[in-house]
Amino acid sequence: MNEDKVLGFQPGTGFIYELNATTKLIFLLLVSVACMVTYDTRFLAAICLLSVFCLKLSGIKWRQVSFVVKLILVFALLNLITVYLFQPSYGQNLYGSKNVIVNAGYFTLTQEELFYLFNLVLKYICSIPLLLLFLLTTNPSQFASSLNKIGVSYKIAYAVALALRYIPTIQNDYWSISVAQQARGNELSKKASLSKRIKGTLNIVKPLIFSSLTRIDTISTAMQLRRFGSKKKRTWYVYQPFKLPDYLVSLLALLLVAAVVWLWQINQGRFFNPFK
Amino acid sequence: MKEKGLSVKSVVAIGIGTAIYVILARFTSIPTGIPNTNIEIVYPFLALLATIYGPVVGFSAGLIGHALTDFLMYGQTWWSWVIATAILGLIIGLYGLRLDLENGEFTTKQMVGFNLVQIIANVVSWGILAPLGDILIYSEPANKVFLQGIVAAITNSLSILILGTILLKAYAASKVKKGSLHKD
Repeated sequence: MNEDKVLGFQPGTGFIYELNATTKLIFLLLVSVACMVTYDTRFLAAICLLSVFCLKLSGIKWRQVSFVVKLILVFALLNLITVYLFQPSYGQNLYGSKNVIVNAGYFTLTQEELFYLFNLVLKYICSIPLLLLFLLTTNPSQFASSLNKIGVSYKIAYAVALALRYIPTIQNDYWSISVAQQARGNELSKKASLSKRIKGTLNIVKPLIFSSLTRIDTISTAMQLRRFGSKKKRTWYVYQPFKLPDYLVSLLALLLVAAVVWLWQINQGRFFNPFK
Repeated sequence: MKEKGLSVKSVVAIGIGTAIYVILARFTSIPTGIPNTNIEIVYPFLALLATIYGPVVGFSAGLIGHALTDFLMYGQTWWSWVIATAILGLIIGLYGLRLDLENGEFTTKQMVGFNLVQIIANVVSWGILAPLGDILIYSEPANKVFLQGIVAAITNSLSILILGTILLKAYAASKVKKGSLHKD
């Protein structure tokens, strides 16, 4: 029923699926940090195009991600509005000039503010497709091996992999408990009063949390029996060696970071200022 | 057998805890009717996890869980808020070392202590760390982030106060008390 909404690895074929998980992780981390740091509009626009192209290339279907994308859009819009409402003059302070579009006292809209908000929008579009791609095309175990490969302790790597592995499972648990509770007349929709909804949510959350805590015991016992964590290092069954495309993609990520540093020097700061 | 570093149980608790965190954060916020102010069940859960498994698990599950959720829900991670969540888990986890929920113990005095600590932790995380980080890393307007921070500190400490206490009590009640078995 809610199958499509589960965000987790789904096997597939194609260029992006065949890339090494380490490569994808390096690319995701470097490029999203680069996008976080810079406010250079040209760079952000280029990354937007690139990440949307990658999403297209991977062949992920719209219905797999539509739910998340819609949520993100609503939130992005809300955030833009609050940023504007709290300080409409923020843009002009940043860019050090003032080109008024609409004159309305406190809410005076300037080209600078609009440009700043546009940059924020671009930032959203940059990182979302990359992350969705990573989550949907990367096998959790391979992800753990790649985290370990870039220097994260294998225990932490394993914890992250466990999380990714169990998100879909716990999500399914959540839906079944929720449906069962609704069948018993547990009202959670907007019609119910606040206290009723809190109680209703607790009725779902309590069994979910307690059954999952029991799961922690089961899994850790099973792992202890297999002597997890008794050695300093471990090897990975799913480990894949680097191939040529992996080197190329990693190189691209490094080049993009270098571009941000270069743009920083050209712009003398994080912001690209077309108003000078 | 004494283990070096992270115990197996902590590793699993971080993993599963993070997964629960993500699911709760995505599906269980209850809007209060005031815009942008939700009752988050995820923080009471984090408090429970941290008190049971300690500061390292609280910190890591908060860090990874919040980073993942942010990315999944908003497409962008606010590292300042992620670190605030992690610190919240850390502080509550440190206090949790003094509690003994595993043996079904959660007295009224401990309840009061737990809530004092969680309120302090909330104020430190949301009222100070998160807004400062927002200003330093993301250069967002100061009055916006401080207002957001204070609102978050109030709603989150309230939800831990009510729901967190209920969860902790329920967890303690589900455990067998030490010395409750008698030989007839």
